[in-house]
This record gives sequence, structure tokens and C-alpha cells, in this order.
Amino acid sequence: MTTAPTGPPGTTPADEGVVQVQGLTKHFGAVAAVQDLSFTVRPGRVTGFLGPNGAGKTTTLRMLLGLVRPTSGTATVSGRAYGDLARPMSTVGAALEAASFHPGRSALDHLRTYAPSIGAPDSRCAEVLALVGLEGAARRRVGGFSLGMRQRLALATTLLGDPKVLLLDEPANGLDPEGIVWLRGLLRHLASQGRTVLVSSHMLSEVQQTVDDVIIIARGRLVHASPIAELASLAVPTVTVASPDEAGLDALVAANGWERTAEAGAPGTSVVTLRGTSAAAVGSAAFAAGLELHELASRSVGLEDVFLHLVQEPGTPGPTTTGGAP
Amino acid sequence: MIAALRSEYRKIVTTRTWWVLLLAMLAYMSFLAATFAFAMTQGGAMGGPGTQGLGHSPTSAISVYTIAVAFGYVFPVIVGALSVTGEFRHQTITPTLLAEPRRTTLVGAKLLAAVPVGVLYGVLGTAAGVGVGAGVLALTDHATYLDDPEVLVAVGRSVLALAVWAVVGVGLGLAMPNQVAVIVVVLAFTQFVEPILRFALAFVADGALAGVGAYLPGAAGEAITGSSFYSQMGAGELLAWWQGLLVLVGYALVFAALGRVTTLRRDIT
Repeated sequence: MTTAPTGPPGTTPADEGVVQVQGLTKHFGAVAAVQDLSFTVRPGRVTGFLGPNGAGKTTTLRMLLGLVRPTSGTATVSGRAYGDLARPMSTVGAALEAASFHPGRSALDHLRTYAPSIGAPDSRCAEVLALVGLEGAARRRVGGFSLGMRQRLALATTLLGDPKVLLLDEPANGLDPEGIVWLRGLLRHLASQGRTVLVSSHMLSEVQQTVDDVIIIARGRLVHASPIAELASLAVPTVTVASPDEAGLDALVAANGWERTAEAGAPGTSVVTLRGTSAAAVGSAAFAAGLELHELASRSVGLEDVFLHLVQEPGTPGPTTTGGAP
Repeated sequence: MIAALRSEYRKIVTTRTWWVLLLAMLAYMSFLAATFAFAMTQGGAMGGPGTQGLGHSPTSAISVYTIAVAFGYVFPVIVGALSVTGEFRHQTITPTLLAEPRRTTLVGAKLLAAVPVGVLYGVLGTAAGVGVGAGVLALTDHATYLDDPEVLVAVGRSVLALAVWAVVGVGLGLAMPNQVAVIVVVLAFTQFVEPILRFALAFVADGALAGVGAYLPGAAGEAITGSSFYSQMGAGELLAWWQGLLVLVGYALVFAALGRVTTLRRDIT
């Protein structure tokens, strides 16, 4: 899909709520934090922006928000650079780190300091506090807040301007399991209202149940962008097989050309994990060869393993089940 | 701009800093005013050779009433500076620039938001000097000169000077966003470097450089009220009040411009 870069006067309805990153590059001195990154984030969906720590996620978000100047390339929201938006925080709500509070200010006062710039009425401050479940802590100083409460307050700040687009950097950090379930519901709800929701994380498993699309970057470059269902199709199942006849099992694997990815075993038992085959095929071949089997199990590779494989340094082994329970 | 201004003003008044520093200023100014008013009643006993001493006159009354401009301006300066450095210390500069990405507008809003706070420091800081100073004079049966128009004008300009000082503080904070650094520099310069410089400039080279001292920020601030302890004690002449005002506003704007092209030009990471 090609989207013509549009300047301030030419914003078309098609751009509304679309986050567009095009050839974005940022060098900090000799370090290339982001290199030629392009992706599109669409409204009505929750998009996971994934990559290991240091992959360039925060730098990309900061360029989208006009805080960091790109070395080259463009980053726009609804067709405009952040600084060109008339009331930016009523278009884009962004939470970059949970530490961005003055510890001596109360939660309500924190919101009240930003409300005028955002163009939100003061009554909205209490509304968003209730929305994130902090109404009881409105008058408490932020210095005494837990990390989870800070995350909620950061989220409340992003919602002040009732924005069409939400950019959230690691919003699940510091939330307890109950908080994560709550966040998941809120993000789904916001997307269902037609908003664009981009959530960064260094762990796929953290957002796996929330996101519709994934954008995966590593070392400042895009490595994968698709709906999450397509990511799942990259998972290759493995078969674990155990036999007391070590030589016989080795011969069977060699004869069929199966890829061995893990070895285990106790004295008298050999256990190997095979890739690119099925339990049925292994079982049938073992039966034909008269090989005694003590275990035969098919294991699916988790999405997290696919993710790790995608973001690994080139030249490292592929995704495998590494022992443990399926 | 109005919206940004309201945001910036709320930032200052929603933390404890402003009133803690204000109370400290009031206590300090009350103490100094009492001390100097008492010294004034001692008929110039403090004056040594080459100085005019502290006689009982409208001029010395002005010095007592505007004591905050000579010794207390460091408080509005620090409040102004903290309104910027606090943003960097607590990383609130990120949400601040998200709400107001136009960085020059932000600089303007921060400078203007310091004005009402500076006026408050000016009114109460001057009131402490006048109240305690006049009280001591009255208790020791000396004239307070509070019916002298010249004295009243000086008192009014003291409020103006202190308000401008808060704006200078914002400029300093923009030029020097490291909170510890700016506090150390402000204290060292105002309490130590400038007083010594002013005396030194008045006496070196047979007073040829005395005029330079009048352009130092502290001297410019005192010029706004027209009289001060430093000048009374022979630390050089002062500018006319409006010249002093322009020089002090100039310092604020130069520092703020410097901050705009350095601190606020950088990537916010």
C-alpha cells in the first residue's frame, strides 16, 4: 500500500488516525539507532511494536512525537508531523515512560497542569482518573505511587485529550497480573471505538493476547510486520521421541533426514527432538524399523520462540522447543 | 499561548517549592530588615572611612524597605529556575513537549508564567522588609518616612524588580537545565561573585571600571529601586531605574534565547 506523504493542508480522511513511518533513520553519533524503518499502523486495531531492549522502539516513538529529530525519513500521524498538529494531544495520546511525573504533585494536579495545553476542560481530569481506576488516589502525591499506579496515571494523561491515536511505550511494565488483564480490556475497548492503538513491548507474550497486528524490529530495522495470525504460521512444530535403543534411534533419524534440534536422555534412554516432521511420520517409521519407543510427542513452537528467532542476531540457530513442558 | 501559559503557571503552583522558598525568603528578609533598621537608628556607627554610613534618612529607609532587592532576589530567581530544571530533573519535559511541541511558545509561556509568582514574591518579600523595618523604626521612636512619596515609589519598584528576577531565573534555568548546577551557580554568583566584583570594579584602576559594575545583574536590579546597601557602602553608582529594568529584562531574554538554541534544540531522549 502506498500512501502519498501529505502536508498540513492536504490531509485526507483516509489518513485519519493512520500512523505512517517512512524510511525513518536516526544516528546518535556513530550509533545507528533506527535504520530505514517503514511501517503503517491502522485505526481500529491494536498493534504490537515489538523488539528486544535497544532495538530502537523508544527512539522511533520519540521521532513520531517530534521529541527526537530524525536523521532522515518521515514519521506522521493522520498525515502530519506531530509538531504540525493543531492540538497534538487531542490527536495523539502518548505515554513514553512511567517516570515522567513530578513526585510532589498529586495525580489530579499532574493532569490539571497538562489540561490547558491539551485543550481539555478541568472536569476531564477526574473523568480519566476514574477511567484508569485511580479516582481514590486523586489527591495523593505521585511520589508515593507504585509503578503500576504510575502506569495508570500515564495512561490517564494520554486519554486527557480524547485522542484518535494512542502510542504507549511498555504500558504493561510494573502492572500486576490483574492490571495486565485490565489493560488488555481497555486497549481492546479503545481500538473497538475506532482508535489506533500502538503498544510497544520487548516481550511478545506480554501483548500476544491483545494485539491484532505486530511490527517487529531488531537492531533498528524492521524484521517482520503482519497480522499476528501470520506470525503464528511461522511456527514450526517439533516432535520429541524417546527410545532405549540409542543406536537404532540415531540410525532412524539419519535414514529419514530429520533435523535434530535437541538431545536429552538418561542412561539407557535416548531422547531427541526433531524438526520438520510429524509424530505420525516418526511413529510409522519406527514401527516399520521395529524400533522400541518410550515416548512420542508433538510439540508446537510458541510464538515467543518465533519472535526470538526473528530478532536474534543473524546466524544463530532457529526456534526450538527447549525441553520443558509443551 | 494562553493555554500554554495556564499550564506553566499551574506547574509552578502545584508543588511545594514555591511556598517553602517564599517562607524562607520572608523569614530571611524580616531578619535582615530588623537588623539594618536597628543599625540605621545607631546614627551611622557602622560606617567606616570612605562610606556614607547608614544614617537615619529617607535614602537609608529605602535601603531597609527594599532589602529584598539587595539580598532576597535569589529566592524568586531559584523559583523561576526550578520551573525549568524540575522538568529535566523529573523528565516531565517529555509530556510538556508533547502537550506543547512549539518550543519557542513553551519558552515564552515559562517566562510569562513566572511573572505572577515573581509579583507574589515581590509583594510579600517587600512587605516583610517594610513591615519589620518600619516596625523597628517606629518602636525606637524614629521616623518611618512611609509618607514620603520617594520612599513609596521605591517600595513599589521593589515589587517590580523582584518580579523580573523570577523571569531571569527562568532564563537561567533554560540556559542551564541541570538543577544542582544552576542552584550552585546562582548562589555563588549572587552571594559571592557579584558583590566582590562590584566592590573590586569600583576600586580598581582608579574607578575607571566603576560604570561596568552597574551593568551586573544584581546592580541592575537594585537600580530599579534606586538605592541599595551596596551602593550606599560605596560599591559604585547605579543606573537610572528604567535602565536597570531594561538591563535586567535583557539578562532574562538573553539567557532564555540561549536556552532556546541549546537546551531546547537538542533531542529529548
